[in-house]
Amino acid sequence: MHFDPSEEQQLFLDSTRRFLEAETPVSTVRQLAEHAGGFDRSWWQRAAALGWASLLVAEADGGAGLGDEGAIYLGILAEEMGRLVSPGPVLPSAIVAGTLSRCGRTGQRHEALPALISGERVATWCLAEGGRRWSPGAVAMKAERTPRGIRLSGLKTPVEAGDGADLLLVTARSDGGLSQFLVPADSPGVTVEPLEGLDLVRRFAEVRFDDVEVPESALVGRCGDAAADVERQFQLAMALASAESAGAAGRVLEFTLEWAFDRFSFGRPLASYQALKHRFADMKTWSEACHATASAALAAIAAGDPAAGRLARIAKSYTGDHAPEIIQDCVQMHGGIGVTWEHDIHLYLRRVATNRTMYGEPAEHREAIAAMLLDVAGGEAA
Amino acid sequence: MSTESVEDFRARAREWLAANMPRRAPGAPAWNAMDVSEEDAARARELQRKLYDGGFAGLCYPREYGGQGLTPAHQRAFTEECRPYEMPLLFNTPTFTIIAPTLLDMGSEAQKRRHLPAMIRGDELWVQFMSEPSGGSDLAGALTSAKWDGENWRLNGSKIWSSYAYFSDYAICLARTDWDAVKHQGLTMFIVKIHQPGVTVKRIRQSDGAIEFCQEFFDDVPIPPENVIGQVNDGWTVAQRLLHHERSSTGGSSPYASGTAGTRKESVDDLVELARRAGLTGDWKARQQLAEAYVLQTVQSQLVDRVVKGMETGALPTTAGALLRLFSGTFAVRRATIGFELAGPDAVAWKAEEESASRYGRGYVFRQASCLGGGSTEMQRNIISERILGMPREPAADRGVPFKDVRRNTGMSRR
Repeated sequence: MHFDPSEEQQLFLDSTRRFLEAETPVSTVRQLAEHAGGFDRSWWQRAAALGWASLLVAEADGGAGLGDEGAIYLGILAEEMGRLVSPGPVLPSAIVAGTLSRCGRTGQRHEALPALISGERVATWCLAEGGRRWSPGAVAMKAERTPRGIRLSGLKTPVEAGDGADLLLVTARSDGGLSQFLVPADSPGVTVEPLEGLDLVRRFAEVRFDDVEVPESALVGRCGDAAADVERQFQLAMALASAESAGAAGRVLEFTLEWAFDRFSFGRPLASYQALKHRFADMKTWSEACHATASAALAAIAAGDPAAGRLARIAKSYTGDHAPEIIQDCVQMHGGIGVTWEHDIHLYLRRVATNRTMYGEPAEHREAIAAMLLDVAGGEAA
Repeated sequence: MSTESVEDFRARAREWLAANMPRRAPGAPAWNAMDVSEEDAARARELQRKLYDGGFAGLCYPREYGGQGLTPAHQRAFTEECRPYEMPLLFNTPTFTIIAPTLLDMGSEAQKRRHLPAMIRGDELWVQFMSEPSGGSDLAGALTSAKWDGENWRLNGSKIWSSYAYFSDYAICLARTDWDAVKHQGLTMFIVKIHQPGVTVKRIRQSDGAIEFCQEFFDDVPIPPENVIGQVNDGWTVAQRLLHHERSSTGGSSPYASGTAGTRKESVDDLVELARRAGLTGDWKARQQLAEAYVLQTVQSQLVDRVVKGMETGALPTTAGALLRLFSGTFAVRRATIGFELAGPDAVAWKAEEESASRYGRGYVFRQASCLGGGSTEMQRNIISERILGMPREPAADRGVPFKDVRRNTGMSRR
């Protein structure tokens, strides 16, 4: 969270934190680990009633009508989710809803969107295809034109909330560029295989498309010309993962600091040892830097700044490197209890390790940044 | 008079700069700290005077002290606009970012009227006489003494690590004035004229071969009573303000710096150029390193924005500048290492006429200076853990003891 929130942003933060603390404290998150989908549908509808799925949706479509500022609110939500390693398909649902509101067809805006906003249905985004690269440029899945519409074939994995999702936003290649399609998960030819995962409640699935036929009306945005929409979704995903990891690492640092005050060895609190104090100083600096870079990326997205793509990659790269290291160091500060199942710290480490990988590891984003520095003179590469 | 809008100011500055300031040679670094000569200092004074005459000096300083009374946003705009021009960057640190703000906070009205306009006009370059040969981090353990002779204070002792004292005019100097008081309560801050009988300035050659730092020796140097800053024996209060401004300066959040070194802090253009010359633009590791430097540099300025905002709103204590100082120190170290690796063999063996990559070798040798000057990163870590996180303070054997009874260095070995 940035340090000068508007009154509305502060209210949103307070109500979000209250809801998460009351509904899904970390003890509940642990129970949800046994749940097949990792979240409870009725909980999701209560969360959606707070407007969580519609932060990027225009007022005319029944959304929050925050305009581009919705990205800031979504960032606040992501950070709070990080603080409590919260469950739920919040971020992919919100991103898909935002895209439908921005460039969906009338039918999609009238039918799919209201159900997403109310939490009655869940949507997710199918981007990655099982390789190491997450950049939209790596999408190879083909969408072919047929007499009846479009045929999708290929594999999308890992797909967040892929098992519970009712609607899939599929990014594929057609007509010389990227296109996106909104596909019901129960369409013939769609096979969803749930995956085991590192995060206890954030679930992923492998989604296979075997000659899935969809009508022209499934198209979201322009055929072969969706690169800008996809890049925007990707920027949001990167910035939100960064904000969530910043929130998670910040929370772990808080409770580890408390531990350092309460825990005594050789008759002194851990907090009195300079060797440890200096490590806390480093962690505090990295933690503030994680918040700074995530906030800057979200602000740039909200402002429509042409630098948003670069700043989102910078944030994802920095938080991907540092949020897990902060938590690993906090494990070290805890000693043996830090590597037990009983202690909550591993839930946080699982979340930030997942975020580090999903939507691209730091090295992938550094390569994209190097391309901007070296290969494109003064331009903003996608 | 209402304040000119930032955009109007920017347009006016752009036009004035183009008409008045000399352009930097293309590709030339804005600032080469390796070789600053007395001629360079004279040049900086001349350029500073030009800015002053044009009404573009001391932008964030009050008008009554020779400044322009503008906001940090105006200063940022000016710094962006002046990038292509040769600027008197020598005045930024410590004169404008550390010493002048300290005088503004703690100096007498007469001191402010005497010295601030002179600095802003380019007439006075200042240095800090703070660290001593006996120790740098334990600043309040100063042994240099000032004794009242009935008419003047008499300064004796030695200071060290002052940059460019040999061509500077004045120094702000912390000295012990009461040996019976406990450590922090027997210090006074003085204004000292550098070039006068009794002051000997010795230049120090650094590990990178450059000569920037100096050591000074004081032999009964007279200081008039009006040159005491703040109260006698309350010099530590002044020193704390000075350290606050120093953290802002080295951390990159000072509103009083005008212009930047460009190739040193604000971009990785020099590293990109280095990689191009070395034919490494397609090399995976080199690309990763370039991007890493760029990421860290961007995050550094994002962190500056966040911490400055946090201190303004009270979300962070005023000591939070230590976060910036720690980040900038560790980043500078990493950047120096990346530069050294990108430069490869050219940074360790070069032909006399092809010495451009050699600065990355020398920079690597001098690397740790970024974590030492302006308060060591260890001191910043103490400040962050104790003042921001509230962790227990380090035990100190000199607390509550008259300073004359505090144990001091037993030998002065230097390898």
